[in-house]
Amino acid sequence: MRKKMTPLVALKRYWQLYLFLLIPLAYIITFKYAPMVGIQLAFKNFEYDKGLFGSPWIGLRHFQRFFGSYIFARVLVNTLRIAILSMIFSMPFPILFALLLNSINAKRYKKIVQTITYIPHFISTVVLVGMLMQLFNPNVGVYGVIYKSLTGTKPADPFAIPEAFFYMYIGSGIWKSFGWGSIVYLAALTNVPPELYEAAEIDGASRLQRMWSIELPAIVPIVVIHLIMNCGSILGVGFQKIYLMQNDLNIRLSEVISTYVYKQGLGNGSRSDYAYSTAVDLFNSVVSLIMIVSVNHISRRVNETSLW
Amino acid sequence: MTQSIAHSKPRNRVRLSRQDKTYYSVVYTLVTLLTLIVLLPLTNVLACSFSAPESVASGKVLLWPVNFSVSGYERVFNTDEIWIGYANTLYYTIVGTFVNVFVTMICAYPLARRGLPYKSFFSFLFAFTMLFSGGLVPTYLLARSLHLLNTRWALIIPGAMGVYQMIVTRTFLVANIPQELLEMSQIDGCNDFRFFWSFVLPLSKAVIAVTAMQYAVGHWNSWFSAFLYLSDDKKYPLQMMLRRILVMNQIKASDYVDEETLVAMEGMADLLKYSLIVVATVPILCAYPFIQKYFVKGIMIGSLKG
Repeated sequence: MRKKMTPLVALKRYWQLYLFLLIPLAYIITFKYAPMVGIQLAFKNFEYDKGLFGSPWIGLRHFQRFFGSYIFARVLVNTLRIAILSMIFSMPFPILFALLLNSINAKRYKKIVQTITYIPHFISTVVLVGMLMQLFNPNVGVYGVIYKSLTGTKPADPFAIPEAFFYMYIGSGIWKSFGWGSIVYLAALTNVPPELYEAAEIDGASRLQRMWSIELPAIVPIVVIHLIMNCGSILGVGFQKIYLMQNDLNIRLSEVISTYVYKQGLGNGSRSDYAYSTAVDLFNSVVSLIMIVSVNHISRRVNETSLW
Repeated sequence: MTQSIAHSKPRNRVRLSRQDKTYYSVVYTLVTLLTLIVLLPLTNVLACSFSAPESVASGKVLLWPVNFSVSGYERVFNTDEIWIGYANTLYYTIVGTFVNVFVTMICAYPLARRGLPYKSFFSFLFAFTMLFSGGLVPTYLLARSLHLLNTRWALIIPGAMGVYQMIVTRTFLVANIPQELLEMSQIDGCNDFRFFWSFVLPLSKAVIAVTAMQYAVGHWNSWFSAFLYLSDDKKYPLQMMLRRILVMNQIKASDYVDEETLVAMEGMADLLKYSLIVVATVPILCAYPFIQKYFVKGIMIGSLKG
């Protein structure tokens, strides 16, 4: 091993490379680390005229207020429900789709299928939500039209039914991402050594058996990595899409921690409460961090797959 | 029959067993079904956008335009707001992507160099921001104290670099810039800036294409930073305009009012939305065949552990 250089010697010898890093470092320190200093707001009573540093400390009062209010249970349950449901229902689709695609031998057909199923990935969240609202419109949307022709009556607006929010949120999520999400798994499948297939063929394994005992094990490590990453972002579930899909009628089931943070902190006009919102946000970040670190730790122990 | 399988050469087409035949027919059915599920809503939107307002309002359009018309598009293109949004989005996408790629490259290059002291410390500094952040309000307050609010820079500077893209680029550089090339150029007295400009940049075309595309699509589709930082709608990107038209007027009074009088107006409003969805999405879909392979490549590079 080389001896560790003192900072000064290193700087003198590698100043050019450090100069490269200057702008990115300045960026990350200003826009990622400086806001972390602002987290102290969570423990302060923010007063405009005194500013961030001058405002008095009040300990855990904001956290007590959050945990003590009825909204705490509601946003936590909603967040967990949306995150866990969408994880359970969204994860199998790209995996299944990759396995199916991998069995297709007709190259042209495969190419067409891939081109079509990748399209939704490029559709913006705003347009996706706009499409949902049009397609499920009880008057003009395709849902309303088909419902009416089958039953003769006009359906209720799904955006006015709190429970329907989940189906639309999760369904559109699957629609948008199953094609694109299959790419990583397809890549892993191309790395399966051909000898394995040949051996299976000689042993008389059926195509289904090959999928089950060769292809599925080949993608397990990637599935695990995705699972870990999903666990880390569980409390930060799709703020943008949820916020866009929310309205007064479905808010009971659609209010999640991140939308609550936004509304309390910035979306409330002059009644916005910077400090309280920061406290709720901090709770969110800390739980996420603990979750990703511990799931990663467990995964490293159990099957030697980890993010770092 | 089973014997013929055992004796056939591997290259020859193997006759399928009954079990495998079932397997393949299930596979093809499912794949076709999933593809149709993606395709049908898109087709419906496209068909509606090319129909007459009355046909849209009366819900006649399914997968093919009814009473073909382009009045929705006329309406879209006659709205100044849309043009302003389009121009702004182009600006943010071009300038933003340029800044993104520049910062990403100058960050990834030193971190890809072998033997740079304190490299792992710097790498950690960048990677940690993927796990933990200051949160919404502190970030907003920072932008305010830097006087970024309601400036175009607010949509470019706070997101100047994606750490994920930087790591992908670094992985690419480690694998694709030969150490010998560096050593040889150093013997010839080439400094690091020169080496970066004359060797690293030309050799990284593939990864630059990948990250630039990812950043560009991100800028094109983004609305939240505009929502957060901008108050002047002359500076709004297209997605903010879309949000106002497509999303904001969700719960309509028309469900409770006498329908007949509203049908015409209603039809035009809905037609406008369908056309708008198409107009906003088509540029990306046009670029899509060209960028698709780069995106796929990007995922491949990203999935290598570096």
